[in-house]
Amino acid sequence: MSREQQVLDRIERIRRRKPVIREERITLAHGAGGKATHTLIEAVFLEAFRNPLLAPLDDGALLRAGDQQLAFTTDSYVVSPLFFPGGDIGDLAVNGTVNDLAMCGARPVHLSAGFILEEGFAVADLRRITDSMAAAAEAAEVAIVTGDTKVVQRGKADGCYITTSGVGLVEQPVTLSAARARPGDAVIVSGPIGEHGAAIMLARDDFGIEAPIRSDTAPLHGIVRELLAALPSHVRALRDATRGGVATVLNEVARSSEVAVVLQEEQIPVRPEVTGVCELLGLDPLYVACEGRFVTVVDGEHAGQALDTLRSHPLGEGAAIVGTVAAAPAGLVLLRTAFGGTRVVDVLVGDPLPRIC
Amino acid sequence: MRFVDEFRDADRARALAARIAESCRPGRTYTFMEVCGGHTHTIYKHGLEDHLPPEVNLVHGPGCPVCVIPMGRVDDAIHIARQPGVIMTSFGDMMRVPGGTGSFLDAKAAGADIRMVYSPLDALKIARANPDRKVVFMAIGFETTAPSTAMTVLRAAEEGLSNFSVFCNHVMIIPAVKAILDSPDLRLDGFIGPGHVSAVIGCQPYEFIARDYGKPLVVAGFEPLDILTSVHMLLTQLAEGRCEVENQYARVVPWHGNRIALSAIGRVMRLRPHFEFRGLGFIAHSALAMADEYAAFDAERVFDLPGVRVADPKSCQCGEVLKGVLKPWECKVFGTACTPETPIGTCMVSSEGACAAYYNFGRFSRDQMRAAAREPLAEEASRA
Repeated sequence: MSREQQVLDRIERIRRRKPVIREERITLAHGAGGKATHTLIEAVFLEAFRNPLLAPLDDGALLRAGDQQLAFTTDSYVVSPLFFPGGDIGDLAVNGTVNDLAMCGARPVHLSAGFILEEGFAVADLRRITDSMAAAAEAAEVAIVTGDTKVVQRGKADGCYITTSGVGLVEQPVTLSAARARPGDAVIVSGPIGEHGAAIMLARDDFGIEAPIRSDTAPLHGIVRELLAALPSHVRALRDATRGGVATVLNEVARSSEVAVVLQEEQIPVRPEVTGVCELLGLDPLYVACEGRFVTVVDGEHAGQALDTLRSHPLGEGAAIVGTVAAAPAGLVLLRTAFGGTRVVDVLVGDPLPRIC
Repeated sequence: MRFVDEFRDADRARALAARIAESCRPGRTYTFMEVCGGHTHTIYKHGLEDHLPPEVNLVHGPGCPVCVIPMGRVDDAIHIARQPGVIMTSFGDMMRVPGGTGSFLDAKAAGADIRMVYSPLDALKIARANPDRKVVFMAIGFETTAPSTAMTVLRAAEEGLSNFSVFCNHVMIIPAVKAILDSPDLRLDGFIGPGHVSAVIGCQPYEFIARDYGKPLVVAGFEPLDILTSVHMLLTQLAEGRCEVENQYARVVPWHGNRIALSAIGRVMRLRPHFEFRGLGFIAHSALAMADEYAAFDAERVFDLPGVRVADPKSCQCGEVLKGVLKPWECKVFGTACTPETPIGTCMVSSEGACAAYYNFGRFSRDQMRAAAREPLAEEASRA
C-alpha cells in the first residue's frame, strides 16, 4: 500500500471513531448547527438518552398510540432581536415546531409553549409575542393546549425565550428519511433561500446595511400536505432548512444515504438582496438559515410533477430543482459553480451567527 | 448582480481557460503561488482550478492573516481578555484560532468578555460606551487592515480615550514572501500578488522579486476572472521570456499605493525586529508594533504579558507544504498530531488551507468530483 493511502486510511479510521467533545465548556459553536453541534448531540445527548426512537436524529420522533401513528417534536427559540422584519420570536416558535412535524409527514395538531422570561421584560412586548403566536397557531391549524412560565432574575436571560413542543398525526403512511436518497433522485428547494438569516443579521443593525429583506417564517404543513398527496410514494426526504441552511441539510442526506448530492449553483434561488448582503459580509447563502423553506429529495422521474405541485402553492412559487443525487463520491455535497468549476459544500465549521432562531 | 456577475462569467472563463492552455509549453509544468488567503478563498469558492490545465498548479501561500498568528500570541491575547474589567474585541474569524491553551471561543465560554466586531471603530464605540472597562482590540492582518487600526488609534488619541488599546499583530507581506523566496528548495514559477495589500503598499515593493529572484508577479483582483487573467498574464510573461511585476487589478491598486494609508501606519506603528509566523518560524522585520508615541494605546505595554512562546512542534512542516516542496500527507505530523480539530500549522488552521482541505477531501479524486458535477438535472428527464 502506498504511503499516501496509509495516511488516508488512518484519517478514515479517526473519522469513524465515536465523536468526543474536546472542549471543557460549551462554546457558541456547539449551538451553531454544524460539526460541533453534531458532536455534542452524539457524545452527550444520544449517549445519555439512547433509544430506537431518538437514534435516527430526525426532526421529530414517530410514535405509535393504538392504531394511530404520532409525530412528536420540540424546539427552543432564543432569537435576538425578538422582533424583526417578517416576524418575531412568537410566530417563529409556532412555525418552527409546526414545520418539524410537517417534515415527518404529520398533520400538526397540538402545541405546548414554555416561556422563560427575564425580570423587567415589558408586558406589552409579551402580549405582542403571544398575539403573534395565536395568529400563527390559527394559520397553522394547531391549538396551544398546555404551557409553562418561569421568571428569572434580570441579567439571567435576555428578555424572553420560548420552547414549543408539538404533536402531529401521521394520517397517510409515508417513509421519509434523510437516509432514503437514491442515485437519480432530484433535490428541490421550496423557494429562495437565506432570507430569515439575512433578515436577522440586518435587524441587529451591526453593519449599517439597509435592505428590504424579510424573514420567510411560515408554516409549511399545507404545502407539504399537497406534495405528499400528489406524490405519495415518490418523496424520499423532507427537511426544513433552518440553522446551518440548505448546505447542512444536504450534508445529512449525503451521509445518511451514502450518496453524492450534486448542486447546480445557477439553479439555486436566492433573492438579489440576500446575495448582496451575503457578498458584503462574506457569507454563503447555502449556510444561511431559512424558516419557511424546505428541501425535498424526490424520485427523479417525478421531479417535474413535484415542482409543479410546489409551485402551485403560494409558499412554493419560487421552488426550483437545484440538484441531483449521484452514486459517487458518496457522502459528499458538490456544487457545480456558475463559474463552471466544482467545489465541495462541506458541513458548517464555524458559527456565522449565533441566536438566529 | 451588477459589478459581480461580469467578473464571474462562465463563457469568458472558458475562453480564458483555452488561452491559458495554449500558453503552456508542451511538456512543461507551471507552479504559481497565490500569496493571499482571499485569492485562495475565491479559487475554492468558484472551483476555479477546473478551468486550469493539468500543467498549471496553484500553491496556496502564507497570506491568511488569522492562520499565521503564532499560538503564543493567541495565548497572550486570552491572558489580556481574562484580566478583570477587560473587554477584548476581535474580528469573527479569529474566534476559532487555537493557541496553546484554547481559542477565544473557549476563553469566552470560560467567562472572558470577548466580543466580535466588524471594524476597529466598533471597538472604539464599545470603549466610549464602557468608560469603566478597558477595551482592547485584537489587531490582525497584513497591510490591508493595518491602516484602519492606525486610523482608529489616531481617533482614540484625538478623543483622549484612556480605556482603549490595541494588541497589535499586524504582519507584512514582503518579508513573508521573501522568506519563501529564500528557501533553497523553492519550486515556484511565479506569484499571484495580493490585491488588497497592494491597494495600500502599491506594486513597487514587489519589483525585487522579478529583478533579484527572477520570478514574475501579477497583482490580482479577487473575482475569479481576475485570477484566471493573472494566470494567463504570468504564462504570457514566461512564454515571452519576460519577468516583471504587472498589475491586473488596476481598477483598485495604484502603482504607488495609498500614501494616506501608509502615512497613518507610519505615524502609529513601528517595525518589529522580528515576528513569528505560525509554521514559518521567525521572520525579520515582518510585523508592526505600536510606536512609542502611542504607548498608551499599546496593549503590550498597558498589560503585563506572559509572552511565552509556544513552539510549533519541530516536526511541523508547514513551511515545506507552503513552498510546494511537500504534499500535505508527506508532513510528519499530518493526520496524527495535526488535524483540523487540533491544528498545529497554518495550513491546517484555515478550512481552505492545503492540509485541512486534503484531510477532509483527500480521499476523493478530483476527477470523480468533476464527473459527478456534470450529471444533468432530473427535470428534463422527468418531463420527457
